Amino acid sequence: MDYSQFLVMHREIALLAVFLVVFLYDIFMPKRALGATSWVAVGAFALFTAYSFLMPGTNETAFAGMYVSSGACAAIKNILNVGVLIVLIQATKWADSDLQIMRRGEFYELLLITLFGMYLMISGRHFLIFLIGLETASLPLAAMVAFDKQRYESHEAAVKYMLTAVFSSAIFMMGLSFVYGLTGTLYFSGIADKLSEASPLLICALAFVIAGIGFKLSLVPFHLWTADVYQGAPTSVTAYFSVISKGAAAFAFMVVLAQCFGAFYADVWEWMLYALIILTITVGNIFAIRQKNMKRFLAFSSISQAGYIMLGVEADSAVGLTALMFYVLVYIFSNLAAFGVIGAIENKTGKVEMTDYNGLSRTNPWLAFAMMLAMFSLAGIPPFAGFFSKFFIFTGCLSQGSVAIYILVLIALINTIISLYYYLLVVKAMYISPEEPQIANFRSACPERIGLWICVLGIIALGIVSFFYDSIYTAASTAGIFASL
Amino acid sequence: MLFSNILIYFVIIPLLMLGGFSLCRGEKAVRAVAITGSVLLLGLSIWVLCDYIALRRAGETAEMLFQGSWMWYEPLNIHLAVGVDGISIAMLLLSSIIVFAGSFASWKIDNIRHFFMWLLLLSTGVFGFFISIDLFTMFMFYEVALIPMYLLIGQWGTGRKEYSAMKLTLMLMGGSAFLMLSLIGIYYQAGLHSWNLLEIANNAHIDKSWQYFLFPMCFVGFGVLGAMFPFHTWSPDGHACAPTAVSMLHAGVLMKLGGYGCFRVAMFLMPEAANDLAWIFLILTGISVVYGAFSACVQTDLKYINAYSSVSHCGMVLFAILMINTTAMTGAIMQMLSHGLMTALFFAQIGMIYGRTHTRDIRLMGGLMQIMPFLGVGYVIAGMASLGLPGLSGFVAEMTIFVGSFEHADMFHRVFTIVATTSIVITAVYILRVVGKLLFGPVQDPHHRELTDATWWERTSVVTLIVCVAGIGCFPEFFEWLIRYTFNHDIFHAIPAAIQSVGI
Repeated sequence: MDYSQFLVMHREIALLAVFLVVFLYDIFMPKRALGATSWVAVGAFALFTAYSFLMPGTNETAFAGMYVSSGACAAIKNILNVGVLIVLIQATKWADSDLQIMRRGEFYELLLITLFGMYLMISGRHFLIFLIGLETASLPLAAMVAFDKQRYESHEAAVKYMLTAVFSSAIFMMGLSFVYGLTGTLYFSGIADKLSEASPLLICALAFVIAGIGFKLSLVPFHLWTADVYQGAPTSVTAYFSVISKGAAAFAFMVVLAQCFGAFYADVWEWMLYALIILTITVGNIFAIRQKNMKRFLAFSSISQAGYIMLGVEADSAVGLTALMFYVLVYIFSNLAAFGVIGAIENKTGKVEMTDYNGLSRTNPWLAFAMMLAMFSLAGIPPFAGFFSKFFIFTGCLSQGSVAIYILVLIALINTIISLYYYLLVVKAMYISPEEPQIANFRSACPERIGLWICVLGIIALGIVSFFYDSIYTAASTAGIFASL
Repeated sequence: MLFSNILIYFVIIPLLMLGGFSLCRGEKAVRAVAITGSVLLLGLSIWVLCDYIALRRAGETAEMLFQGSWMWYEPLNIHLAVGVDGISIAMLLLSSIIVFAGSFASWKIDNIRHFFMWLLLLSTGVFGFFISIDLFTMFMFYEVALIPMYLLIGQWGTGRKEYSAMKLTLMLMGGSAFLMLSLIGIYYQAGLHSWNLLEIANNAHIDKSWQYFLFPMCFVGFGVLGAMFPFHTWSPDGHACAPTAVSMLHAGVLMKLGGYGCFRVAMFLMPEAANDLAWIFLILTGISVVYGAFSACVQTDLKYINAYSSVSHCGMVLFAILMINTTAMTGAIMQMLSHGLMTALFFAQIGMIYGRTHTRDIRLMGGLMQIMPFLGVGYVIAGMASLGLPGLSGFVAEMTIFVGSFEHADMFHRVFTIVATTSIVITAVYILRVVGKLLFGPVQDPHHRELTDATWWERTSVVTLIVCVAGIGCFPEFFEWLIRYTFNHDIFHAIPAAIQSVGI
């Protein structure tokens, strides 16, 4: 065996190195040095992020095509890295708090391992690797959800998550077994070659595969775990859930559908996704209106955002892929800004209800400002990045050009108005509500502020500076549109 | 390269002002920045106007002048493309006059720094919209202009401000959702891989069946902001609750974005559908014109009266645009200018009166002419402009519109023209009713006798607007020349022969 093949996976290997550094530091360093664990994790990960950015994304395959590395894969990994870095920075305050200090090493380790799983999902071109990645990415998350040991909700959320994750994996594997039965291979390219007609078994298999990944993406009707888990999990974990694992799953979803089942776009899965998208966006939005708890509120908002991300998959083209990746990037910054503010306030006061935010602009103007930008960006208001990502995802989706797609986009657009309503409710509470402020003025911790500043700058710059979109486009298109993502 | 284009400064100056405000400490500094900036903007638009006239007189025949185009998003071929013709210049002039007057009118507002920051973000959107000729940037600036309204009304408004702010924002953004779909649709169906308005108009032909699909969405999208029936309901509530300068900018400029967009994008790019479907929208705008005027007759709140009168007058703009002939369209642009200035004048003075009497209910006020003669006279002048007294702007605009509309010889257009004409009479009814009740007659509240007349900054605001209203009224041929040039030479030569036979 040619061991140099492993070098194709240099990003994964480097990530494992980061994991080892944190793991060994946590275990072997003397107690007085452990105070710096968080910063070791952040620093090592920052180095890794820089490394990942500097290395070019070349088109290579390893292990007989089970694993590929390409510009698009490298780009989505870089995007996720940025998000994870922000999550890590924002989480330090929580991880160093008295209740978590004993276990913070595990938090970083589990988080890095799930990221490793997502990398495999992104780069795997064989369903075995893909499945290993999927499981690695989802099972440790259950432990992370249960991290707030002393809170009952945290346990409940972990159990809920565990059960649905395992269940969805089972469904996914059922779909895979059908596919294997039809084609006798689990290679993506092999499956695409062997499948010739849309037989009922294939339709079943696709439905199962879509349902399995749909659980991870919390698409309606597979979303029922989302709100409880988001509410119960520690805020940093919720932030990680809502952006990173969603972004990775969305990209992998697009790869699976386009590469294995690309030939059945118009016959089969265009319409499956069509229905899922409409349901996801609409149900997510309608339920979000009624939420009083900020984390539940963002859970439903992130369900509907997943529907918008799926519009990129529906496009089934390089423009769609670019839009999807750009959307994920912008969504990372916007959602992490929102979670950054929620986390800062929760760490300080323990308050997470929307009514607690009344009059926040008078007591904590900067936090309120960051939250407002996040809400505007999520709602797609220019000149913030969210507007650009929404515009591009609609443009990408409409590249299909059939009347049905126009109607789909119209429904999605009408839904943006509903979402604007509930995002404005938060702005209204902070800026307009005449009630007495619930939260006294406080100075948030330094890492929280750094995290928020990064997010705010991202929200402002990502759209106005076209560099980011252009480089994603280059990455997505040089990989030779869909044949070899 | 970017900075050598004069138009780009219409966006840069407000952005610099935004930066300036964030550095300001104290009210005086904020006012200084606001006044300096708005004077600069006014100067810039006059400069562009003079330059434009000089170039045209020198025989420049390009469709749009001062054009510039810079690549922004290369994969989608999105440019930051700017260019103006006579119509855009008229709109830029209007906007800068109203920003100028609005800055003076909000001299004494709470939390002045944040107020002006949002106001200037709104102005950035407005100016950016009028200078853009790229569909993407146009749409972006359009939305930039909408969202600050929410915070401006919500934070500085009066009455049911939370409800009104939300209603206004959601309805306008609802319109822009349709708009977004139709703009992306235009991009794909034109098949040029270009968002440039002129390129699409000159070189592409959108398939007729797609035009039938995209045109209504585009027209409704902009029409919501133009207060077209039945999408006008945000307007009365929004205007009534907004603070003075916001009402001025909103009724004066923002509603013009709707009319301008309908004309520049919907009609310009999809002329065949416009021609075939105009009757539907003529009926709707006809209803706006008459219904708005009737509603204004029964209101007792000063701001509601003017909000409904805006619905009626802005309906007239869309009504005239849909007539698709040169005279009526010239009238439409004149009406935009005239209504913008006149309604800003109205709202400025209503704000000033409300700031003194703390009520806008006309039943509780009376005889204000004795108490505050300056504001009284200003109000009468605005009223006269509104009901179309010759010598003021309203007359010129409405006259042109109705003459143009009547050029159509068929029954449908003539009947609707006659119906719309009745609004002139109804306007006279509600204007004279308010003027009589509010300014003349007995003083209703003895406390009102102690009120003072306008201060110098209020006078500046009012006088500026009155001069402009009278200016259009006395020298209409100048503005007509500015606008007509566009119709005769610039835009419509590009439009397919199918439409030219209709009478452009």
